[in-house]
Amino acid sequence: MPGYKNLSIRQKQIVWAWAFLAVPVVFYVVIRFYPTGSAFVTSFQEWNLLGTRAWTGLENYEKLWNDPVFWKVFRNTFAYLIIGTPISLVISFVIAYHLDKTRFMHGFLRMLYFLPFMTSAVAMAWIWRWFYQPVPVGLFNNFLASMGIPQIEFLNSTTNALPSILAPAVWAGLGFQVIIFMAGLRAIPVTYYEAAKIDGVGWWTVLTRITLPLLKPTIVFIVVFSSIGFLRIFDHVFNMTTNNPGGPLNSTKPLVLMIYETAFRDFDMGYAAAQTVVLFTILLVVSLLQLWLLRGDATK
Amino acid sequence: MGQVIRWLILFLGGLLMVAPIAYMISTSLKWPHEVYNVKLIPDEPHLENYTYVLEDGRFYLWFLNSIIIALITTVCNLFFDSLVGYTLCKFRFPGRYIVFIAILSTLMIPTEMLVIPWYMMSQAFGWLDSYWGIMFPGLMTAFGTFLMKQFFESVPDDFLEAARIDGLNEFQIWWKVAMPLVKPALAALAIFVFLGNWTAFLWPLIVTNSVEMYTVPVGLSSFGDEVDVAWELIATGAAISTLPTLIVFLIFQRFIIRGVVMAGLKG
Repeated sequence: MPGYKNLSIRQKQIVWAWAFLAVPVVFYVVIRFYPTGSAFVTSFQEWNLLGTRAWTGLENYEKLWNDPVFWKVFRNTFAYLIIGTPISLVISFVIAYHLDKTRFMHGFLRMLYFLPFMTSAVAMAWIWRWFYQPVPVGLFNNFLASMGIPQIEFLNSTTNALPSILAPAVWAGLGFQVIIFMAGLRAIPVTYYEAAKIDGVGWWTVLTRITLPLLKPTIVFIVVFSSIGFLRIFDHVFNMTTNNPGGPLNSTKPLVLMIYETAFRDFDMGYAAAQTVVLFTILLVVSLLQLWLLRGDATK
Repeated sequence: MGQVIRWLILFLGGLLMVAPIAYMISTSLKWPHEVYNVKLIPDEPHLENYTYVLEDGRFYLWFLNSIIIALITTVCNLFFDSLVGYTLCKFRFPGRYIVFIAILSTLMIPTEMLVIPWYMMSQAFGWLDSYWGIMFPGLMTAFGTFLMKQFFESVPDDFLEAARIDGLNEFQIWWKVAMPLVKPALAALAIFVFLGNWTAFLWPLIVTNSVEMYTVPVGLSSFGDEVDVAWELIATGAAISTLPTLIVFLIFQRFIIRGVVMAGLKG
């Protein structure tokens, strides 16, 4: 075996590269790839963590298909996505668009919008939970009462609870999206706007013909990023409904909470693993679909 | 005129954004009988809630746990993510493309899918309810590796070549020449990893089971459940878990926002 000194420069590079990669490769294999495979395998088994694992084929998936709670959870998960993403996209764009045009105390305004992004979801879920309490505890209902408006059931209503939980999730993410949008807006060359000004084009045309098309990569990033976030919602739901997780009547339960309960309350590991495979598939399909839809459009 | 109105609306919107945080801090300074008052400024602000919550002792522990865990994972991520990113960017070797694609592909796998196998591993190896158990899944991230690789592209090969001629070995070249040149990227990554671990909830909730091992979010969640009606104490706990990141943000504001932009655009 030739010593290190006798190797060519290229061979030395190979030795160094693999020396640098040794620990990380082991990490990725053991902590990422093996568990991924393991999750798939477990989804075809029945196991309660203590006894032996038994192969059950597609039984977990059949059970899931016939589980009315799963379909409820499935609808909720998409409700978070379908309500949350467009709302946060539009609001953050409007804020970024106007913030970009404001010079006076720009840094201060930007800070106000960004601050919520630095908070912890658990802490703010509990604060919002307090806001939503009925009279005389909750801030919102106290405020409504002082205006003479009848109080609103926020977290105790099957129709209001989901949007009430979504609100702090949207609120916390806005600052991030605003900052990304502003960076995207800055990247658009000023010459386009100058040319439009010379031609005397109105602001709406400038917005729809110049700003939005050139912002497409930013929009793609934000849409994919925020939808993945809403599909994986957990912290907010869990902490705003701890007395009855995902309630009332499962009306707020997302897929991740169902996975958590199946695995760590019912210890039905195979069934929970099948649910994680479904989550993985949903995330993959939704992000690929969005990339395809939005990218395809951008090349026109 | 239009400018003034735009500014005012943006300012009011900004106040609305900060209002929940302001109410959190205000409530943490109120006496129990004042809590249900809509007023933002307490009549007689006091720190009694903080002494009460901290004297209980648990928040100290949770705080300490969170700090230790977030710091170690941050240091580990900075080291390994940049080492791997650098190797994939600056070395030509067989298998390079496969390693890159393999690491990148883990971005597609949601943590939620891995928690069940991680739990089984932790149980088999006795990692449950330990620092190592909380930390091990997050010691390296594909996001960080990808981010660092992008930034090492901007380091000219000539610099590395010059160092090589000066007789530095490859590790020294990375550590002494390349790393100092990507400091802004390292800072951005550090902020992301620290914030991510500070606020992490699902995995710490699963892997810990004794109150002493909780991190701040897990502790706060259990604490809220326990005192349910004492909202001024919950607000105090929430403030304790949020104020450190807010203070860090207020000090390094510009830096953090630039980091978010860099990570957002490159990642």
